[in-house]
Amino acid sequence: MSAVLDLTKVRPAFADPMRDSQSVFRKVMEAVARPGTIADVGFAAEPPEGLDPAAAAVALTLFDFETPVWLDPALKGAETETWMRFHCGCPLTVDPAKAAFAVASAAAAPPLSAFDQGDAKYPDRSTTLVLQISALDGGTPVVLTGPGVNGQITVAPSGLPDGFWDQFETNSAQFQFGVDVLLVAGQALMGLPRSARAKIKEG
Amino acid sequence: MPADPVVEAAPQERRRWLSVLAKARPGELAEAWDGLGEHPAYTALRAPELGLMLVRGRMGGGGDAFNLGEMTLTRSAVRLESGETGVAYVAGRDRRHAEIAAAVDAMMQSPALRPQVEGAIVARLARAQAERRETAARKAAATRVDFFTMVRTRGPA
Repeated sequence: MSAVLDLTKVRPAFADPMRDSQSVFRKVMEAVARPGTIADVGFAAEPPEGLDPAAAAVALTLFDFETPVWLDPALKGAETETWMRFHCGCPLTVDPAKAAFAVASAAAAPPLSAFDQGDAKYPDRSTTLVLQISALDGGTPVVLTGPGVNGQITVAPSGLPDGFWDQFETNSAQFQFGVDVLLVAGQALMGLPRSARAKIKEG
Repeated sequence: MPADPVVEAAPQERRRWLSVLAKARPGELAEAWDGLGEHPAYTALRAPELGLMLVRGRMGGGGDAFNLGEMTLTRSAVRLESGETGVAYVAGRDRRHAEIAAAVDAMMQSPALRPQVEGAIVARLARAQAERRETAARKAAATRVDFFTMVRTRGPA
């Protein structure tokens, strides 16, 4: 990691940091509380290359000097890294098992088990994965149940990493441990907390 | 990392003008800035924001570092339309001070805009600061007392 940031290409972030981050925080909170619902974060500024606007908004809202962030190899060393260090001031880590947050694209995402699963005393300290996918609809239908879901809800995100739902099943099965996932595509965001149970819809 | 011509060439020099801008009195800087006539358009990369910074000290060269206390700090970063990026960290809570200082830093990095601000702002503020320092030094010097010690020669008692 270089000590000096090259600021010549850093793009601006929230126009009104306080209000914008409060608004995004509220949306992320709702999304995690109600798995399967789609929220529009409404991020107005142009995010750095390779980062979805929703992922950028989450980064500006939640990442700070206390949260080690893991970036996938495509984002690391690029514009996104400089942008994140400048605007969030977050330390970056190369070890996904040490990350408080991780940002990955579907193509480069490691399995969910590679991240910090939390420990028995502090299960909340596991990694929160921000996973960039192609769209939050149009994929294989999956039925979600669990806390925050009234009965059941069908979601169909597309462009997920191979075997994602199997990994998610394993992740949910080890509750209280496990990572929380935020699926993002463009401006849209969907929460998949570890408490949600997913089942691929049959027929 | 792509080389920034001015910053590459003279980090010492940039350090000098950043120091002058940070130490300038906010009123003086604002006055010099307003007297500039035309201002280049810039966007805020980081709107001026206030924060606290922990100041650490050290006793002598060999002492352990200790926390002296916290001070308020305002920082800002702007980008000119021509692409130069200026940053500023200034003591206190004057947002305008930080914003102007960042804009001047950006202008100083641009060969085209530098002549506009170099004399009218940076040199002028540096002169004012040097004068203040000199006045303070003179006032202090006027109250100086020279202590001397009589050397007792060791002779026959």
